[in-house]
Amino acid sequence: MAGVWPRHRSINWRGLWARAMLWDALLLQLGYNATLVAIGATLLGIAAGVTGTFLFLRKRALVSDAVSHATLPGVGLAFILMVALGGDGRNLIGLLAGSALSATAGLMCLSWLTRRTRLAEDAAIGAVLSVFFGFGIVLLTVIQTMGSGRQAGLEGFLLGSTAGMLFSDAMIIAIGGALTLAVILLLRRPMTLVAFDPEFAVSRGVPVHRVDLAMMGLVMAVTVVGLKIVGLILIVALLIIPPVAARFWSERSDRVVLLAGVFGGLSGYVGAAISASAPNLPTGPIIVLVGFALFAVSLLLAPGRGVLAAVLRHMRFQRRVHLRQGLLALAQGQPIYERLTLRLLRRAGLARADGVATDEGRARAAKALRDERRWEIVRGDLAHEAAAALYDGLRDIETVLTRDQIAEIDRRIGGPKGVGA
Amino acid sequence: MTGAEFVPLSLTPLLIGIFAAVACALPGNFLVLRRQALIGDAISHVVLPGIVVAFLITGTIATLPMMLGAAGAAILAVILIEAIRRLGRIEPGAAMGVVFTTMFAAGVLLLEQSDTSSVHLDVEHALYGNLESLIWLDATGWASLLDPQALGGLPPELPRMAVTLLAVLLFTLVLWRPLKLSTFDEGFARTMGIHTPALGLALVIVAAVAAVAAFDAVGSIIVIAMFICPPAAARMMTDRLETQVGWSVLFAVIAAVSGYVLAGYGPLWLGARDAVSAAGMIATMSGVILALAALFGPCRSRTGAPQQG
Amino acid sequence: MTLELATAQGQTLTDSGIETSPLAIRGLTVSYGQKPAVFSVDMTVQPGAMTAIIGPNGAGKSTLLKAALGIVKPLSGQVQVFGQPLEQQRARIAYVPQRASIDWDFPTRVIDVVLMGLYRELGLLRRIRGGHRKRAMECLARVGMQDFAKRQIGQLSGGQQQRVFLARALAQAADIYLLDEPFAGVDAATEKAIISVLKSLRAEGKTVVVVHHDLATVADYFDNVFLINTRKIAEGPVAEAFTADTLQAAYGGRLATAQVDQLARALG
Repeated sequence: MAGVWPRHRSINWRGLWARAMLWDALLLQLGYNATLVAIGATLLGIAAGVTGTFLFLRKRALVSDAVSHATLPGVGLAFILMVALGGDGRNLIGLLAGSALSATAGLMCLSWLTRRTRLAEDAAIGAVLSVFFGFGIVLLTVIQTMGSGRQAGLEGFLLGSTAGMLFSDAMIIAIGGALTLAVILLLRRPMTLVAFDPEFAVSRGVPVHRVDLAMMGLVMAVTVVGLKIVGLILIVALLIIPPVAARFWSERSDRVVLLAGVFGGLSGYVGAAISASAPNLPTGPIIVLVGFALFAVSLLLAPGRGVLAAVLRHMRFQRRVHLRQGLLALAQGQPIYERLTLRLLRRAGLARADGVATDEGRARAAKALRDERRWEIVRGDLAHEAAAALYDGLRDIETVLTRDQIAEIDRRIGGPKGVGA
Repeated sequence: MTGAEFVPLSLTPLLIGIFAAVACALPGNFLVLRRQALIGDAISHVVLPGIVVAFLITGTIATLPMMLGAAGAAILAVILIEAIRRLGRIEPGAAMGVVFTTMFAAGVLLLEQSDTSSVHLDVEHALYGNLESLIWLDATGWASLLDPQALGGLPPELPRMAVTLLAVLLFTLVLWRPLKLSTFDEGFARTMGIHTPALGLALVIVAAVAAVAAFDAVGSIIVIAMFICPPAAARMMTDRLETQVGWSVLFAVIAAVSGYVLAGYGPLWLGARDAVSAAGMIATMSGVILALAALFGPCRSRTGAPQQG
Repeated sequence: MTLELATAQGQTLTDSGIETSPLAIRGLTVSYGQKPAVFSVDMTVQPGAMTAIIGPNGAGKSTLLKAALGIVKPLSGQVQVFGQPLEQQRARIAYVPQRASIDWDFPTRVIDVVLMGLYRELGLLRRIRGGHRKRAMECLARVGMQDFAKRQIGQLSGGQQQRVFLARALAQAADIYLLDEPFAGVDAATEKAIISVLKSLRAEGKTVVVVHHDLATVADYFDNVFLINTRKIAEGPVAEAFTADTLQAAYGGRLATAQVDQLARALG
């Protein structure tokens, strides 16, 4: 082809074509199946993001890894059973039901290992996921030998595959995603309560254990619905990445939940659309990578918890600490050991290179020392308890006390009473 | 079975399986005690992008570039996890989940995008290896073990895994005291002059090396299972670290041997014709051992010592 | 007043004290995130004495100790041990961490924990010989735990665990002993055993620094106190630095006035 057309033109055509396809996909114009998959992936993403937030905030994010890997033997067994009963083996509802059952067994093993033995939860998660997955692989090889041509893409459950999906399958996924989301909406109050303050939840009469079970049930539902789209290895990503990304943007739990849902839905929708716009773009990995892009942006740029903001804040803070310490040392005529301190003082015009204070430095040092004495009074006085709690060595006293209060403290410093100068 | 059958067909896969299992179980003891058990899980997932990138760069599926790529990916993953954990103040489990799923997704995408149809490079292979195919065709019987010409035809995975096991063994023996001390009481270890962050990183790198060497022969399922199941089962047998490591090695060997034998001959006993995945069976057997230890091990439950007074 | 006290000491000690003190800290600031846990603290530990580090919860007591040992990284400041940088003098410091910071489910026995104290001597590969075991057993005997040598550490009571940790520190044969809350949550017998061991260490000329929380026993147990609440409040012999005024300054509103009065009466 390159020989017939000039190279740049052919690239141009392909670029245009891809862009048009992506646009069509984003507008849900690529046919029934692709549209249903995109809707299903969006609903799944929202459900996963919200459910995952509850797991993440309970510091149990990787439990979902055990659940998802534990689905594999169920898929295999369901297939074998359906074939043994003379059925088609590939019936999606049957396979999903099997995966749900074996995921439940995996969860029960996990909870038994952590409660009844001395294993920590991470080791129990790893044990359950590797053993169940290993057994699932054994069953897959059994199925491979069961007769030619009938296994038909059970491997698709490992990484998900939406190519050549039946209409009925896409329908099942869309409905499953919608149902999961409905259950989450129904249970969001008690789940929020349990995730953020289990003890308070108990005192309010919330059945914590049952809510926990429901939460795990939702994780399982998300996993099972996602098996066909994202695959069992990557479904964890949908449960973990959106909540982690959302956490950067807010300290308020309800907003984190909401935002995680938005991030998850966005990953699912955009990912499914991109994947539908060209061949060789597998749905699961693309959804995960879109989610990661959202995470990376959050990690770097979120105000407050973001890295950039934190680095700037820390540098400013360290400079303040050093300056303050330097001023106090100057005020008390002590030598300054730290080079950084000296450099900062010099740059601010407060000290000379040999560590001797300038006029302005002396004035600022005297003020710093006076403030320290004021703080001392504040912190020793019950009446100022609220203000004293704010002391961190750096805060200007003017920001916590009124001018009258400071004047009163200065009187006490000046007078002999209580201050044996 | 006679030597003429056993040596060429079963001896080398068995040995490779045993070496891989033990090489993973040894560092696994410390990972489990340090609550880092899932590092093994993360490492084995990122092996795939590592080998795909190595393939895209070199265009071959030669072993050395593949292993370097996998090792590079494992180290990159460890660094990313640590960076995200610290920079984002995120709990380690979630940070791990973010990193290994993303890298795995990138690996699958690269694989789909690149033309690997002509070479044997696929996800299934990375997941469950090809232990059964590592046979020694030049061997004719036990006597071949002394025949230099036949030895030259050994599958290269065998010496590679043996060297890896030796390196892991050496690491564990030489750094036994600092490893034990810093795993038990990190603050105290620091005051003894042990550089605990460097030691922790070294442990993870050794685990990564073991995982990378093992995945090629036996796939990543065994790797995850052997990092965790034998040490976890061993913990329920004893209250001494020295004894625990001994048990874990024994359990790893039993799982490898019984898993291999059951995968190869189990179906025949049941009347089926074909063998099942040896890697999957070895992982399953390690689970059976763990279950037995969790049910009957003498030290299976937490010591309920009074926390006060 | 307290600032004047600090300055006065600063002038006499920064020059002479930093050279000879077993543990001298200058301008130490440690912060977790944006809030300093310890701010610009100077400390000069007196040799051959027992010093208590005292302050309310969250005042930075443990942080000060950990920074002195190089376990946490300070934002600024210096630590000198016998007039030299910490790294060169590691062998002369023994440390007893807080009991709560340890995973007591770890698979190891009491005697193995004490032998960990010999790590600097044994290095990576030197064999543990009868002599080492005998020394470890002697250290266990000093804290009254010789009969428990073969037990798994998780099977011990809290007080017994604390004594094992002290035995491990004794095995280090150091010159200065730093203990983080050794009396927290232990039984009366253990407290007595520990304090008698510490007093015998002092009698041998060793220096002991203890993070302590029980104000009632300070005068009984210690020679010197170091009062801290993020900043240094006071430092010196108990009679001078442990007064109603300094306590009020350290604890502020958190110590009821009645408590302070009571303590003041107890102190005379």
